[in-house]
Amino acid sequence: MGQMTYREALNQALREELLRDETVMLMGEDIGLFDGSFKVTQGLYKEFGERRVRDTPISEDTIVGAAVGAALAGLRPVVEIMTINFSLLATDQVVNHAAKIRYMFGGHATVPMVVRMPGGGGHQLGAQHSQSLEVWYATIPGLIVVAPATPADAKGMLKASIRDDNPVIFIENEGLYNTKGEVPEGEYLTPLGRADVKRAGSDVSIVAHSRMVLLALEAAGVLAKEGIEAEVVDLRSLRPLDVETIRASVEKTSHAVVVEEGWGSYGITAETAATIYETAFDFLDAPLVRIAGVEVPMPYNHNMEQACIPTVEQIVAGAKKTLRKAAA
Amino acid sequence: MAIDTQARDKALASHSQDELRGLHHLMLLNRRFEEKVGEMYTRAKVGGFLHLNIGEEATFVGAIKALQPGDYLFSTYREHGHAISHGVDPRRVMAELFGRVDGTSRGRGGSMHLFDGEKRFMGGYAIVAGSIALAVGTALASVYRETNEVTMSFFGDGATNNGTFHESLNLAKVWKLPLVFLCVNNQYGMGSAVERVSAVTEMYRKAAAYDIPAERVDGMDVIAVLDASRAAAARAREEKTPYFIEAVTYRYRGHSMADPGTYRSKEEVEEWRRRDAIEGFRHRLLEAGMATEQDFEADEADVARVVLEAVDFADASPEPDPAVELRKDVYVGDVPVSWR
Repeated sequence: MGQMTYREALNQALREELLRDETVMLMGEDIGLFDGSFKVTQGLYKEFGERRVRDTPISEDTIVGAAVGAALAGLRPVVEIMTINFSLLATDQVVNHAAKIRYMFGGHATVPMVVRMPGGGGHQLGAQHSQSLEVWYATIPGLIVVAPATPADAKGMLKASIRDDNPVIFIENEGLYNTKGEVPEGEYLTPLGRADVKRAGSDVSIVAHSRMVLLALEAAGVLAKEGIEAEVVDLRSLRPLDVETIRASVEKTSHAVVVEEGWGSYGITAETAATIYETAFDFLDAPLVRIAGVEVPMPYNHNMEQACIPTVEQIVAGAKKTLRKAAA
Repeated sequence: MAIDTQARDKALASHSQDELRGLHHLMLLNRRFEEKVGEMYTRAKVGGFLHLNIGEEATFVGAIKALQPGDYLFSTYREHGHAISHGVDPRRVMAELFGRVDGTSRGRGGSMHLFDGEKRFMGGYAIVAGSIALAVGTALASVYRETNEVTMSFFGDGATNNGTFHESLNLAKVWKLPLVFLCVNNQYGMGSAVERVSAVTEMYRKAAAYDIPAERVDGMDVIAVLDASRAAAARAREEKTPYFIEAVTYRYRGHSMADPGTYRSKEEVEEWRRRDAIEGFRHRLLEAGMATEQDFEADEADVARVVLEAVDFADASPEPDPAVELRKDVYVGDVPVSWR
């Protein structure tokens, strides 16, 4: 095991897959000569050259479309969209093409490709750079949507995504790139479609994904000091959703807090909450608590922005609320 | 477009009799196939939207016959003839239109979503301009693998006003891709005449913005389209460069079967019908002594047989069983489609 950042883990995954498989190639805006706007692709252009690591114009729709076409021809393209906000320009290619092609052509075509992009706010980048839109993609049959929270999962899931024969939307988070964690030595893959219990506990389940998992773990630490044992379920995969792991956790704890950085209405927490009510209602001792981003376009001002994003304190208070214990 | 008859005769003479007869047969097959599909639609054998390409045969037959085996073809929602001309079995096309399991897409695609990967007919797509970006991708794969393939991307005049079109031309030029952009200018995007929606009405001029060589051809003249497309494909193949062809043509029928046609005059439609690609071609073949009336009758009999076989095949093919087919192929592998 070695310590590395989430960014380094992604970089390692890309490098290892480029070395392993000649059909893997990267495309994106400034991922090559510039080394990537978040430096995830650092050094890869120098090592592999412009055939394998391709800089593109600012043409999100056509970059993704070209990846779909290249995938139809048997390559395994990995597209970086600079942030999930810009991916809205490519939704036609993702939703109408990548997600549909296999099914609507009778199973006679495959689209093995990955679209990587960070979401999330917290960096005073304003309304058009700070959204968490993963749920938009998670609603679409034909896509696999994953959002790892730790460097170990980031590496194992990116490698698994590249090797998967389906179109995978790989959600990163700008606030995770510098976070550190243990990453196993050597070759490993983390399966897509499986949640992971990041901390076991018996009193309350906190269900989250991406950066919110780190806040959930911090909240669990605070709760532990007060004698409350929280279980943290890291969804990791949003589509398909690991219903069984969520259900089993709530069956054990009988209490749930569902968390997401993005807007909650019709959101990931709407889905996880419905899942809990549909599969574990009889085990719940109290209504679950939903914690999500404030439903406004993200403001620039630091204090205003911070007021939009869920906090450790909110998660702690949410856990106490569903446990019907007075908030501290 | 002014027509230089001497040059036209010369162009015709540069082709073998076999090739000329083949072009006639294929155009006729597509004409009769589409007529039959229209009939099947009125008999409710075919559902959904139906976009017939009657009138455009010279354009798509000429362009597609310029391709070689292994070349990729991307199309639009007016694509039955594109698929057939690229080698897709007419029986499987008809079965798809009937929504049957032996269709090219197992009955899941319908009229707008034919596909045959083996023939490299890479699909009919219903999002205007969307498939142009996909064509960039296969052309990129050809360069990546250092193969000799060319990709041809069909789209209409309407697509040239869409951002994806412009992004795709730019990227194809920047990356030096072997890609032939084939603009089927049938002069109407649904009911909108080109001059009402496009600042530039000669579509090939739009390619100049991306420094892509381009030309405009008479899309009612199969030889003109074939010769231009063959030269374009050869350049794309050898020089690894995109090329742009605009073929000016006309669809006799409405945009779809639901189109009342109120946006254009009967006289205009009649005028284009008088320039019919198949009739005109027959006239030229007779004049050049390359075919006889008996040859045309033989072709009529043969395509009638092919079309009838296609209908019989489609009729005999089973409907997909939702219990078996509905949830298949959303994903590759063992991915739960949904727990619902």
